[in-house]
Amino acid sequence: MTDQPRILYCHCAFAQVIPKDVKQGVLERLGEAGVDFDCVPDLCEMSANRDPILQQIAENPDVRIAACFPRAVRGLFVAAGHPLPQPEPEVVNMRMLNAEEATAALLRPRDESPLAQQEEAQTVETTGTGAREGNRT
Amino acid sequence: MIATKTGPRVVLYEGADASPLENSFRVELMAKLLERGLPISLARGNALNSTENKQIVLGNFGGRFPEADSSTAEFRDIAGLDAVAVVSLVEDVLAGTNDPSNTKRWKPWFPVIDFGRCTNCMQCLSFCLFDVYGATSDGKIQVQNESNCKTDCPACSRVCPEVAIMFPKYKAGPINGDEISTDDVRREGMKVDISALLGGDIYAMLRDRSAKAQSRFSKERDDERALKERQRCLNKLKAAAGDIEIPTEVLASLPSMDQIQSKAEQARQRAAQALAQQAKSTNADSGQ
Ligand code: SF4
Ligand code: SF4
Repeated sequence: MTDQPRILYCHCAFAQVIPKDVKQGVLERLGEAGVDFDCVPDLCEMSANRDPILQQIAENPDVRIAACFPRAVRGLFVAAGHPLPQPEPEVVNMRMLNAEEATAALLRPRDESPLAQQEEAQTVETTGTGAREGNRT
Repeated sequence: MIATKTGPRVVLYEGADASPLENSFRVELMAKLLERGLPISLARGNALNSTENKQIVLGNFGGRFPEADSSTAEFRDIAGLDAVAVVSLVEDVLAGTNDPSNTKRWKPWFPVIDFGRCTNCMQCLSFCLFDVYGATSDGKIQVQNESNCKTDCPACSRVCPEVAIMFPKYKAGPINGDEISTDDVRREGMKVDISALLGGDIYAMLRDRSAKAQSRFSKERDDERALKERQRCLNKLKAAAGDIEIPTEVLASLPSMDQIQSKAEQARQRAAQALAQQAKSTNADSGQ
């Protein structure tokens, strides 16, 4: 395992819901960062098409997804018949973050992600029995 | 559901045996390929991932290609080409294949259910006239015909009492999947009022207006006036149900009132059957 989950970037090809400069900025920065990553044209389209790639993604818990609202992304995987694995991968919301913030969230080390920190806090609070509550960016 | 499909993946290879792509060229090329509907991987490592899917591997190879399974990987040297030329090179590789991205694509606009909130009340199934919703064999609500959904129409999300229906490409929360605030839940109460205001449901209102209009039109037999009246009714409905934000084109393309009536009845029956089926499954489960 590397220090970062594998990145999956959704290009949201059919709508302007993610600003063009955010999409372009994220692609540019990930390219410059020298990491390997995967891109899909549009997770919504893939969900409607029951695209087998979604199954491959759902079978890999070590992924960080750049797309939109986590609740929507989660629903799209369920709709395709391949719910995201538990604990759920982090979804970085490009509708709410600018390119710099989104890329920083995608590239940050595993143990600095909000999920890891939330988990750590819960572990402290519940002496190791806390369950994760889904993921938020 | 649309047919399950799988297609080739484009790999931009920048590992050993290839010189890196220039940054702005890489971004332009990725955006063009993604808009063409192709998944892409950027590979900097030395080995290509093995895959059952076909891979079109693009890179500045200078004549030396990396090791890979030649039954799935097809290499193309893109040194000196611009992004448009690379896309047409990829098109050439795809031509004649049954790659799904060759087929006509549609704006993927359809409801996505948040099953963490859904109570399986079937209001959405009863409401939708276009058979977007269905039920599983054990009576659970399911979105079954995504492409029947009317682009940009989020109307069914407004009838869901649990704020459980999302349209990920919608402009605003919580329909776009944003977290649900207490205000949103409070607005659900208002939705019920809106529905009551419209006389139960908007289709019932359409039918009422249609019935009145039709009795006049049958006397007058004036097609042009009938059309105008229908338009006026629809505009009134839209004004009254402004909160529902049904696009005018969708309202204007609604089937005839008789068809609406029979469709709505069919949908209600399907919902009732699904609920009965669910009750049966629940009883069977609890009897075990
Ligand atoms: S999942 Fe979100 S970001 Fe991706 S295509 Fe759908 S709406 Fe766009
Ligand atoms: S209306 Fe909402 S709560 Fe009811 S079945 Fe549909 S999605 Fe579920």
